[in-house]
Amino acid sequence: MKKGIITKVSGPLVVARGLPFAKMYDVVLVGKLGLLGEIIQIKEDLSFIQVYEETSGIGPGEEVESTGTPLSVELGPGLIGSIFDGVQRPLDILSSSFGSYIVRGVKENPINRDKYWEFEPIVKEEDFVSEGDIIGLVQESEIVKHKILVPVGVKGKIKKIFKGDKRVEDVVAVLDNEGNEIEIKMLTKWPVRIPRPIVKKLPPDFPLITGQRVIDGFFPVAKGGTACIPGPFGSGKTVTQHQLAKWADADIIVYVGCGERGNEMTEVLIEFPELKDPKTGYPLMKRTILIANTSNMPVAAREASVFTGITLAEYYRDQGYDVALMADSTSRWAEAMREISGRLEEMPGEEGYPAYLASRIASFYERSGKVVNIGKEGRISTLSVIGAVSPPGGDLSDPVVQSTLRVTKVFWGLDDALASARHFPAINWLTSYSLYTVDLDSFYKKNINEELPKLREIAMELLEKEAELEEIVRLVGIDALSPKDRMILEGAKSIREDFLHQNAYHEIDTYTSLKKQYLMLKAIIKFYEEGNKALDEGIELDKIINLDVRVDIARAKYISESDLKYFDELFEKIERDFSSLKEKSKEEVR
Amino acid sequence: MSKEYLTTSEIAGPLMIIQNVKDVKYNELVEITLKNGEKRKGQVMVAEEDKALIELYEPSIGIDPKEARVKFTGKGLEVPVSKNILGRIFNGFGEPIDDGPKIIPDDLIDINGNPINPFSRDYPNEFIQTGISSIDGLNTLVRGQKLPIFSGSGLPHSHLAAQITRQSKVLKTGEQFAVVFAAMGITFEEANFFINDLKETGALSKAVLFINLANNPVIERISLPRTALTVAEYLAFDLDMHVLVILTDMTNYCEALREISAARKEVPGRRGYPGYMYTDLASIYERAGRIKNKNGSITQIPIVTMPEDDKTHPIPDLTGYITEGQIFLSRDLYKKAIYPPIDVRPSLSRLKDRGIGKDKTREDHSDLMNQLYAAYSRGKDAEELAKILGEAALTSVDRIFVKFSDRFEREFVNQGEYENRNIEETLDIGWKLLSMIPIPELKRVREEYIEKYLKRFVSEEK
Repeated sequence: MKKGIITKVSGPLVVARGLPFAKMYDVVLVGKLGLLGEIIQIKEDLSFIQVYEETSGIGPGEEVESTGTPLSVELGPGLIGSIFDGVQRPLDILSSSFGSYIVRGVKENPINRDKYWEFEPIVKEEDFVSEGDIIGLVQESEIVKHKILVPVGVKGKIKKIFKGDKRVEDVVAVLDNEGNEIEIKMLTKWPVRIPRPIVKKLPPDFPLITGQRVIDGFFPVAKGGTACIPGPFGSGKTVTQHQLAKWADADIIVYVGCGERGNEMTEVLIEFPELKDPKTGYPLMKRTILIANTSNMPVAAREASVFTGITLAEYYRDQGYDVALMADSTSRWAEAMREISGRLEEMPGEEGYPAYLASRIASFYERSGKVVNIGKEGRISTLSVIGAVSPPGGDLSDPVVQSTLRVTKVFWGLDDALASARHFPAINWLTSYSLYTVDLDSFYKKNINEELPKLREIAMELLEKEAELEEIVRLVGIDALSPKDRMILEGAKSIREDFLHQNAYHEIDTYTSLKKQYLMLKAIIKFYEEGNKALDEGIELDKIINLDVRVDIARAKYISESDLKYFDELFEKIERDFSSLKEKSKEEVR
Repeated sequence: MSKEYLTTSEIAGPLMIIQNVKDVKYNELVEITLKNGEKRKGQVMVAEEDKALIELYEPSIGIDPKEARVKFTGKGLEVPVSKNILGRIFNGFGEPIDDGPKIIPDDLIDINGNPINPFSRDYPNEFIQTGISSIDGLNTLVRGQKLPIFSGSGLPHSHLAAQITRQSKVLKTGEQFAVVFAAMGITFEEANFFINDLKETGALSKAVLFINLANNPVIERISLPRTALTVAEYLAFDLDMHVLVILTDMTNYCEALREISAARKEVPGRRGYPGYMYTDLASIYERAGRIKNKNGSITQIPIVTMPEDDKTHPIPDLTGYITEGQIFLSRDLYKKAIYPPIDVRPSLSRLKDRGIGKDKTREDHSDLMNQLYAAYSRGKDAEELAKILGEAALTSVDRIFVKFSDRFEREFVNQGEYENRNIEETLDIGWKLLSMIPIPELKRVREEYIEKYLKRFVSEEK
């Protein structure tokens, strides 16, 4: 086959002349080493290629060969529990075959070809099937039953179907489509830049329960929704993302480490096989796929990594699973786009980012959603996307933050001041928002408690009033406040310290069920309201705020989920303490 | 036999364009021979069919385009390594600049290295005792970590770095250490201070120094940290040594990067720094770490002097996004004559939790750390309030906290430049200070620890 010839190499950008059948976004092999690249621009006879590997030592005159297919990922059993780089090379296998460093030009199959999976058909011969229909099941991990789907664009009558141990490239079924035989294998491919087809989108109406109180309680994200976490360094973006990956009640988690620290991925690799999913009791790794393209790995592969991640996520969504994707950090992805754009000498937009930055970000987040999948049963499933953003200096006017805010429905604004006061998660309750709150209220009312949305409202109001009062305190001192105002400060402080503050490293505090969140909030608000009533009856503030029961409210976060009767006693104790306080004050009056 | 070209068509700043070249490779090393026989080094930035854009590693002064003979070497910039490099001083290309003999290399290694496969990394979790209370106690350093010092001009970051270099040890014996010192654009005096300090303590024989002074070529600062880290990797992963790398000053490095970016006429990012500075810095910082099945490790302490003490400046900002925490030096503490002037509040070691506790430091470390931190914060906040509203506005408890934070600065943070406190001493000072505070206020420590570690100081303090 005829090949193209390199005419120019400039960092990750390579230009080749005379590449036959060059199509946009086709994958090419560059130079003697066969480095992986992708065509991103075509000008007459010249193809502009972004190369996913370091290009040192490559020069003009070397050959370029097109594979004729766009950048694609392999889909099939064997993805769960794996760690891939940005172009789906299996890092565990690269490590065992090529050593501790990532060397260039190496290729390994993302999915193991030799492993046998027990394929269990669920359709019979003569059944008519078309795209998206499930033809069989494979137990991929203890908790994931992989559904083998009829590939997109394929239909026909089942002529043969094979039960038993199969490898991913073995034929598991043969279809007859008006006389043409079509073989179906478990392994399929899909181009990463094209969303997988769906029937239609539905509005999200269930919460993605994360066990994080500030999120579930105040700023919830819906299953199938989108959220963004911007924040300066040290504000806890990655810890928050890790917490979500650990505890979110999705069936499958895809975690994309995009241009971040190597040790953070190592941490996930060490922790996830050890930690147990509270829902299934199995290690978290049994539902997780990792994509790691750390900051020192090639920049073009970083650009591809979020697409690789979301395509894998869509594949499991198609099977009917609720999938959540975390991307940390989308700023690094945007920077990769900026770098490539600069090399292409495109006209820059804001801050040197390409003009298409906003539309790329939007099209990425729009691949989320609650959807009706293709396939007979009309399976409904969700894909939630949560992206961290790392704005320079924590400045939210950064174009990546602004473009992201326009398309995401939830904003968890991380705050430097909170982080340096060691209030974690450092999600600022005054600036953050969730546009799902109203949609999800009916779920909370039905499944947790009728009064939960009301409690949240009271709590938010207290926090807002606190911010106003703090201003006054700063100017004239706390003594200038009325006892009622000071009670507000006490109530808000309790919400901050006893509810919003959550220790990710404490074995119990790290995850709180919705039920317990409700009870905790109720206890705090109850104390505040009782305190207010007591003030009305003329009891001194100091007596109220020094009540012992406050220690019990503070301890509530460390109470195990199996011990929720603690709260019944707590509510009683609040009432008891206040009534004895009132008794005493009456006696004093006498 | 490689050809030499006499076809230089353009020289502008550190950039040269050579015409009619053949088979040039991207990033390969170029040697330019001047008329007088002097040699300069450069690297291919853009390789085209008939021309090449070269970035010089050395100044372009005196290069005559008609006379300069340009040779493409066919390989990248490589540094010679061998056991004998310990105790030696080199420039940014790994050429000796002390009066010692030439290095007979065991190996030649490309300075750019390859990224460590995240799957092959081993998580850093071994405590390094620096002998400095505010680091060991509150911002613990672990092996394989990259923990920068965020400083400002005129602050004693060099002294702190030298002290860390002198005192660092792991609470295990029988392991080999080495120090790699990478100086970019610092003054002669600063470099001399380090060299003398290493000499005096006898550490020079275990150190490799790479020095580019303020009056040496700017562009050499780009290759210098890479050369130094390549040597560090060799010492760590081929010779099983635990290597501490001091990179000073990263601000000079970034300015060199900006200078070259401007010469290349690239679209500038924030404050004129190139848009790829994050990736570029990552390719340096991410070379710290531990690797599975290898004994050695690389721990990095980069020094960043923040322009105008502004941590949102692109250099500290991007560094903070890559490194695993930061140690902040504070001008206020420095003015109070506190050494080291470490402000523990914005300082953070992200990996500390893995390196402390039972069998590593002491069981009470984590609780004590949180309590000291909380108490100091509360004291400082109260102090702020008192400044505005007067002492009288404080509650009696808050006054105790103010006194605590003052003593904390003077007794815990403050220590001698040659005072090496072991972790037991550091923790005990912490407990001793906490004994000023009424016990019910100590909410972050377990009662058993109060019993075991605090009580013995209570009577003493009274």
